[in-house]
Formats: sequence, C-alpha cells, structure tokens
Amino acid sequence: MIARTISLLFDGFAYGMLLFVLSVGLSVTLGMMNFVNLAHGTFAMIGGYTTVMLMRNAGWPFFATLPVAFLVAAAASVVLERVLYRRMYRASDLDQSLLTIGIVFVSIAAAAYIFGTGQQPVQLPDYLRGRIAYGDFSFGIYRLFLVVAALVITVLLVLGLDYTRFGARVRACVDNQRMARGLGLNVDAVFSITFALGSGLAGLGGALGIEIVGLDPNFAFKYLVYMLIVVAVGGLASIRGAFVTAALLGIIDIVSKYYVPEIGAFVLYLVMVSFLVWRPAGLFARR
Amino acid sequence: MSVTTAPALAAVDPREVLRAQVKWRWLETIFWLATLLPFLVAPTYLVLGSQIAITALFALSLDLIVGYCGLVSLGHAAFFGFGAYTAGLISKAGWGEPITGLLAAGCAAMVLGYLTSFIIVRITHFALIMVTLGMCLLLYEVANKAHSITGGDDGLQGVHMWPLLGHFQFDLYGTTAYGYAIVILFLSFLVLRRLVNSPFGLSLRGIRENPRRMPAIGSPMSNRIRTIYTISAAFAGLAGGLLAQTTEFVALDALSFQRSAEVLVMLVLGGAGRLYGGLIGAMIFMIARDQLADMNPQYWYFWLGLLLIAVIVFLPNGILGGCAELLARWRRKA
Amino acid sequence: MTTPVLQTRGLNKNFGSLVVARGIEIALPKGARYALIGPNGAGKTTLINLITGMTRPDAGQILLEGEDISTLAPAARVKRGLVRTFQINTLFPNLSALEAVTLAVCERRGEAGTWWRSLPSYGQAIEEAHRILTTLMLAGDCERPTRQLAYGQQRLLEIALALAAHPKVLLLDEPAAGVPKDESSELFKAVAGISSDITVLFIEHDMELVFRFATRLIVMVAGAILVEGTPAEIANDQRVRDVYLGQAHHG
Repeated sequence: MIARTISLLFDGFAYGMLLFVLSVGLSVTLGMMNFVNLAHGTFAMIGGYTTVMLMRNAGWPFFATLPVAFLVAAAASVVLERVLYRRMYRASDLDQSLLTIGIVFVSIAAAAYIFGTGQQPVQLPDYLRGRIAYGDFSFGIYRLFLVVAALVITVLLVLGLDYTRFGARVRACVDNQRMARGLGLNVDAVFSITFALGSGLAGLGGALGIEIVGLDPNFAFKYLVYMLIVVAVGGLASIRGAFVTAALLGIIDIVSKYYVPEIGAFVLYLVMVSFLVWRPAGLFARR
Repeated sequence: MSVTTAPALAAVDPREVLRAQVKWRWLETIFWLATLLPFLVAPTYLVLGSQIAITALFALSLDLIVGYCGLVSLGHAAFFGFGAYTAGLISKAGWGEPITGLLAAGCAAMVLGYLTSFIIVRITHFALIMVTLGMCLLLYEVANKAHSITGGDDGLQGVHMWPLLGHFQFDLYGTTAYGYAIVILFLSFLVLRRLVNSPFGLSLRGIRENPRRMPAIGSPMSNRIRTIYTISAAFAGLAGGLLAQTTEFVALDALSFQRSAEVLVMLVLGGAGRLYGGLIGAMIFMIARDQLADMNPQYWYFWLGLLLIAVIVFLPNGILGGCAELLARWRRKA
Repeated sequence: MTTPVLQTRGLNKNFGSLVVARGIEIALPKGARYALIGPNGAGKTTLINLITGMTRPDAGQILLEGEDISTLAPAARVKRGLVRTFQINTLFPNLSALEAVTLAVCERRGEAGTWWRSLPSYGQAIEEAHRILTTLMLAGDCERPTRQLAYGQQRLLEIALALAAHPKVLLLDEPAAGVPKDESSELFKAVAGISSDITVLFIEHDMELVFRFATRLIVMVAGAILVEGTPAEIANDQRVRDVYLGQAHHG
C-alpha cells in the first residue's frame, strides 16, 4: 500500500518535471513581454516530431535527437517571432490570444497532414526501459532519467539566470522593461534569445514526453492547459514558482486520476480557478 | 495646438450629433429583410440558417464583453452550454413548451453569469484568460462525468419540443426552427442595440478605452462589468437554449473550448465592438464551414488558423472595420 | 475659522525603503488657487494619488469638507467632488470629445448605469457636456475621436472631463505638461477661468506660470512639505532657493 503510494507520488513527480520543462520558457517570456503566447505547445510538438522523424527515418539514437529537437524548436520560434509576434507586442490580450490560437490551429492541421493523426511511437534504448526495484519500491528507469534531466535543467536555469551576464539582463528586462531600455539594454534582442531558449526547452520537453504522454497532432492543444496552469499558478517569470507548481500539478493529476478517476480533471480545474481567484498573480509573484 | 483657433462654427446641435450615430439606417432594414429570403429562395438551407442565427446570437452576446468592454473571455461556451443543457433537461423532464423553456435557459445562464461575475471583476490580464478558460473546462468536466443526467460523451438524448406557440411543429426542414431562431435573434438584437447606444453602453466603451480613467470620472467600474457580464451570459444562454430546442439534442461539445475559441474567431473576423460584426462573422464562418464540410476537418482548421492570423495582422478591426475604413478614406478623397 | 475644503493629516507612504510621503499636512480653503512645486521625484504626483485614493497611504487621513474620506474608493471620492487630471493624457482614444464628456456628466448624474434608454434622449447631460467643451474651446472639434485631436486639445479635454464631475476640489497634475512654453500660458488661461467656487491645486514647473496663477504655494522636497506660503514669501525663502539652486548645481 505504502509502496504503491510512493511509486504513484514518484510517477506524479516525474510527470510534473516533464510539465516543468515544457512550461518554464513560457513563464519567462510571458513575464518579460506580457505576451500571451498560446502557441507554446506548438514548439513542444515540433520538438517531439523532430525526435520521432530522426529516430525512425534516419535511425538516430534517442539521445542524439534531443539537442536537435531543442534546436529545431528554437529555430522555428525565432522565425515566428520575427515574422508575427514582433508586431503584436503592443496589441491587446485578445489579439495576442487569437493570433497564437491561429498558429495552433495551423500547426495541428499541418502535423496531421504531414505525419498523420495517429500516435507516434518511439523505440527507447534498452537501458532506459524497464524498472529498478529497491525492496518493495520500484521505479521506471525512464522516469528516473526524466527527473534527473529536469533537475539538471533547473539548476542550469537558476545558475544561468543568477550568475551570468545574460541572466542579469533577462532579470532586468522582467523587472522593469522601461528602465532596462532606458539603460541602453537591447530588450528586443534579449527577448528574442530568451524566447528561442524557452521554445527550445519546450521542444526538448516534447521530445522527452513522447514516452510518457504520447505525441499526436492535438498535442499543442491538449497540453496547453497544463502549461498555462503551471505559468498562471506559478507566477509569471518565476522559475521557482513554475517548478513547485509543475511538481504539484503532476502529482495531483496522477494521484487523483488513480484514486478518484470519476472526477479526474475536475479537481485540477477547480483547484486552479480557486487558486487564481485567491492569488491572481500566482504562487511566487514577482510583482 | 489649436487652443486659440477654435473655429467659430455655425452652432452644431450636440444632440443631433449623437442621434445621427445611433439612428436606424436603411442598410439595416435591408439586412433584416434579407434574413427572410431563405424561406423563399433556399428552403434546403433553413437548417443551416437556424444554426447561423443561433451562432450569431452567441457571437453577439460575446461582443458585449469582448468588443464593447474590452475584456477577454476564453470560456464563453460555459454559458452557451449551460443554457443548452438547461433547455434540454427541462424538455426531457416533460415540459416541451419552447418559449418558457428558452427563457428558463437564459435565466439559468444569467444566474451563473451573475455568480461568476464576482470572480471576473477581481482579476485581469493573464489570470482572467486562465480563469474564464478554467471555469469552462470545469463545467465541461462536470457535464462529462455526470453521465446519468447529461448523457456525458453521448450527448443529451430524448429532448422533444412541443409545437411553437402551440401551432408550429418543429420539422425536419428547419422551417419552424429558422423562423424561431431569427425572431429570437432579431428581438435580442433590438434589446442589445438599445443597450449599446445607452449611457450604460457608452460607459462600457469607456472601460474598454481606458480603465484607468473611469474611476477618475466617478464610474463604479466593477458594477458595470458585473452587469454586462450577467447580461452577456443570459444571451449566450438563450443561444444555447435555442440550439438544444431546434436540434432536440445537446452535445457535450456545447461546452468545449473549441466552441469558445470559434465564437471569438467569428467576432474578430466580423469586427468586434460593433453589433453587426458578430452577425457577419458568424455568417461567413458558418457558411465557409458548411461549404468546406467535405474537406477533412483538419484542413478546415488549417485555413481557419491562417485566416485568423491574417485578420489579426492585417485587419485589426475585422471585416466591418476594414470596410468602414475604406469608406472613410473614399469620403475624404471625394 | 471655516473648515478647509480639503485637508490631509499625517499622510505617510513608503515604497520599500523609499519614502514618498512623510507627514503631509495640507489644508485648502474654498476657492483657493494652490500651486504644488518641488524638484522631480519630490512626491507631488504621489500626493495626488494618495489624496484621490489611487495609492493607499500607509498612515494618515484625508478630509473633504471635514468628512473623513480615507476609506472611500477613488470613484466614490470623485462623486463627493474630489477630482483630478493626469500628467500623461489618460483619455478615451476612440471616443469623441463629446462622447467622453457626456459620459463623465452622465456618471456624475448617476445616469450611466441605465441601459434601456438611448443616449440622445439625455438632452440635459449632452447640453452640459457641450457647454463645458465650448468654454474650453473644444466645441468645434467635439465630434472627432480623441486620438485625432491636437495634443494641446487633449490637455484641455483632461480638464473638461474633470469639470464634468462638478468638482469641489480639482487637482491638476501638470496641466501644461508637454505643451510648448509659448502655448502653456494659453492653457493656464483656461485654468484661470475655472469657477472660483472650485478649490484648485496644481502641479507646475514653470515658475512664471506658478507666480501668475497661484495665490499660495506648497513646496515639496523628498516626500515632505518644506514650506507653504504666498508667492512673495516663497520667492524670498532661503531654503527654497537652496533646493532649487542645489538642483541646478547637481542637474
């Protein structure tokens, strides 16, 4: 019983870590530009398909595809940012939401056209499959790997943000964009790079997530809600907030679907709405 | 600056200026007369016609908060679906009289709107988007899981309507349905037209234009937002009720995010913040979807997304806004 | 002694470690013309925000005609007759000047919540709005959307919106901000034309205008009131000179 609970909690945590990798970029870019980007899931999907294609058609090993998934998603985001997003920074929430919903629609249809509507399977390397048992407890190796990967990414992000020159610039832009601009900081360039990094992370998340949540053309929509919850509840531009929220979200989702499947997602939405009404700026609000 | 050069114009009557803005135009008469044409020229399209009228009413209701008040809602389907299930369940419970059932649907959605409006006024920006979306998802899950009441995934079956006004049977060709939907749409339109041209309507535009200034002219902004949110919910409920009654079925999809997103698309397509924007947008959207119905739905979403992007980037005030601008430019030249 | 129309008692406000208001005490009698001056960052706009309720003070009270209004929401204070304008145009870009002022008049008359009567049937409110626009020389352009008005006209519309609320106390935050110097005195003539029943407090940097239009001056420095007096007293006050000369030195 306890063993079951522990491994459920662990699965939830691993799932939460996946959500964290998927969402953290959105959190930072939303906090910086106040740009409502509902198309973040599209970049995750791009990463996922990149991995699938490379493994299946080019026979690449799983690990080798991961950096490519990151790069392709980042590159796609740069193009979109240049062509579309840039002219919408001063537009209303509504226009931003609709533009990005439009992008989601297009990407879902394009994915269905190119890759078909079915689930895309990946063949993981042997050493990532199976479980390791420790007494009564047993953990999926892939999930362990996911947790480790997410922790490494978190540490890198936190260190990068706190101790590098670029991190300082990002923080300045998030805290007070006008001031940063006044000090001669090229806010647009900082944003472009951050946006690309964030989207790249989403792409990486999409690739890492195939094994856990699958990959089909509706991915961009299905997981959008989860990403938005992480960002909204965690608080904009808060890595700490996104981490804690994603972990909790993953655990709540897995545990509630296991024990009370009949109400499932209901609990999740209820918690989110009441939380946002209580604290509209999120868990770790910067402002 | 022309502080000193205020032209000594022949005294304009300010009341006439404002009256000219709200007066009924002949184009409007033509528009509404044209809605009767399908009875004569396209009787095979009456079913589609009633769907368009219902969707137009839904878009109209959303325009009140999005177009006039400037608030974003990604969850307006909550009220639409709530109205639809209310109307459906009343009929299923044995009361098939359409008009009272429809009013009940509107009232139920209005109560839901009133209750949630207290939440809406507390939050802005991203949190608002998320909460409207979240409330809609929440309702969707409730309807999905409450299988014994709503039929869940299979939809609400067994809705049966009595003849309208005791006389007009709901038929397969949609004759009654279309007439019913158009009359309700027209009456609602008249009410909302009066509303947006009232001092209250002006204060809504004030909130959209500058929510910071409103308190400084003494406006109790939260009250206004609560009122319009409640009214908007009521009309969305009417639209949902109409759909349930005319199709004698409620699909779970009435509460879906897609429905919330689609109605926003229509509104933006036609032009938000002008009543005819929602009507025109709904018409174009529904007809296009009908024409492209043979197409794989995936491709429909592709073109829809592309259209949406194009409208947002190139026609920020929608089709009607674009037309208005062209007209103004042409007049300046003339 | 008659009660002052507007009075503050011990207003304090900190933003973190930055003190923006420290023990502010002012008392404005009816019909007075006060200028609020002081170097940039002295807390002048913050004081207006505190008085109108747009910023919540950490401590202190605000009294309007002797009544404590410290807990009222900004809109409710406007209803009582405490009205402000903004240093940066805070207008309704797509409403015409006539619509904007009519809206403000309707709000004051408690008619702006009515949704079942059409706007043109509110003849009195519209006439009044038009009168206000006429006195501020805006009537000729009242049909144009606000965003199309010249900058100076928009500054006047700021004042028109405030007047529509029938203020007892009018707080003008740099009414001539951004207006070229040779035209700002035109704008101040409009300020001077405001009914003498209304108590006016204005922020202004141009000393010439201040001395011409104010009967009394309040000098703020670093969130506190340095001195208050007649123009002549202020002109001869050594501390004020130090502040401004010191400014000139550093600036």
